[in-house]
Amino acid sequence: MTSALSVDRLEVVFDRFRALKGVSLEVQSGESFGLVGESGSGKSTLLRAIAGLAPIASGSITVNGKKLGARRDKAFYREVQMVFQDPYGSLHPRQTVDRLLQEPLAIHGFADGQKRIQRALDEVGLGTGFRFRYSHQLSGGQRQRVAIARALILEPSILLLDEPTSALDASVQAEVLNLLEEIRRRRKLTFLVVSHDLAIITHMCERLMVMQNGEAVEHLTADDLVERHVSKDYTRNLLRASDGFVRTA
Amino acid sequence: MSTLLDVDDLRVTFPTRTGRIEAVRGVSFSLGRERLGIVGESGSGKSQTGRAIMGLTPPQAEVTARKLAFDGIDLLTASPRDRRALRGKRIAMILQDPKYSLDPVMSIGRQIVETLRTHEKVGKAEARDRALAMLEAVQIRDPARVFDLHPHEVSGGMGQRAMIAMMLIAGPEMMIADEPTSALDVTVQLDVLGILDRLVSERGMGLIFISHDLRLVSSFCDRVIVMYAGKVVEQLPASELGRAQHPYTRGLLNCMPKIGADRHPLPVLDRKPEWAA
Repeated sequence: MTSALSVDRLEVVFDRFRALKGVSLEVQSGESFGLVGESGSGKSTLLRAIAGLAPIASGSITVNGKKLGARRDKAFYREVQMVFQDPYGSLHPRQTVDRLLQEPLAIHGFADGQKRIQRALDEVGLGTGFRFRYSHQLSGGQRQRVAIARALILEPSILLLDEPTSALDASVQAEVLNLLEEIRRRRKLTFLVVSHDLAIITHMCERLMVMQNGEAVEHLTADDLVERHVSKDYTRNLLRASDGFVRTA
Repeated sequence: MSTLLDVDDLRVTFPTRTGRIEAVRGVSFSLGRERLGIVGESGSGKSQTGRAIMGLTPPQAEVTARKLAFDGIDLLTASPRDRRALRGKRIAMILQDPKYSLDPVMSIGRQIVETLRTHEKVGKAEARDRALAMLEAVQIRDPARVFDLHPHEVSGGMGQRAMIAMMLIAGPEMMIADEPTSALDVTVQLDVLGILDRLVSERGMGLIFISHDLRLVSSFCDRVIVMYAGKVVEQLPASELGRAQHPYTRGLLNCMPKIGADRHPLPVLDRKPEWAA
């Protein structure tokens, strides 16, 4: 197995606030890796830093054996794509689905756009009937499918997922999670998933990292979490919280 | 058990350009001094049910019911003035996100004092003392400091505690909590629920807990109402959720990933048109 993504002592600083304090991780090719923690723990910042959306103060990121420089080339954005949390905010309100999907193709100079758009829509289970609709004509689950189609249309090898289902209803969440798993299996993709929900992470990922205050608390496998073989109190607290409310007499 | 709230055949209708939309279609239940959960997905009418009881339905919408009574007072025929007197004093409501439900240009302490002085004749000094005591009751460590802070200066969990303090200060008999913890972190969620639980049981209040999270509601409430497309599809004690009969309730329980359950793919909900009929 080769490493698809490796992050070494990454630091992200906003003004004087250190959002990431030297975080390292290694994701194998074809693996699904989870990031969990409370809000403010730096899990989303780590994802955004990898995508090039957060200022990197020091440390390095290596994608498919290639170390990223200060400026990222187009090839990087073909390899790495991101799906955001809020499907209501991540789609352009005045562009049709067709126009939305054309954008990445135009940037990367693909010629067979029509075919790719059709294939991408089919793949996320929307069909061509949705092609000329605007995002306000779609439900939350359908919008998230469009966002996934937009990420997939460039045929990336790594998908960064930032809370991909937290804005969706439980029944729609199940559909989107199934879709993501199926796509990963079919295309042999590498996933990096951020979620505050431990159940989603154990469902989707083989390994995970628990974060707190911009630092890695511990690395676990999903089986460790299921069997509650955790060493840190912070992780234990998260696990207890995910069990639901317990009345103390 | 005395009945606090009686709802019979509640309907909320919105006129739109394309026809009338019935958001709530004949909901009936009664509430005593207990914790009642209302669960449903977006668009099921759970929030509109809560808002209709509170009297916060938008003016263009139409609310009808065979009976909508709080402690013997008919809410449908009550004057706006009477309803205003009920709201905040005897019926309180907690909303989802403290970022939007608190006044951003008023200190937290002043907002709590404002609620208290609207409903009771108390002096300034006494109001301040009671607000501080209330902040302490919702487990805010340094009430005197938080009293003078503005909402943007506190965290989500702290903001929601302040909101609970504000709602409880006038000593309501019934509280409607509409997704009170959805905007909070999981660990903070439990703290806030713990506070809510203690205060509700200590004061013997009736609580309507509206949420999309079936599992959370069942661990917190005594009784659960499941709504789908504006109707109640099932009503059952929270402890018997595992024995739910309706396919929608079971599907909803089933489709959530669980720690330790290795199910690939997840079962999805197969919506039947007859559920909405």
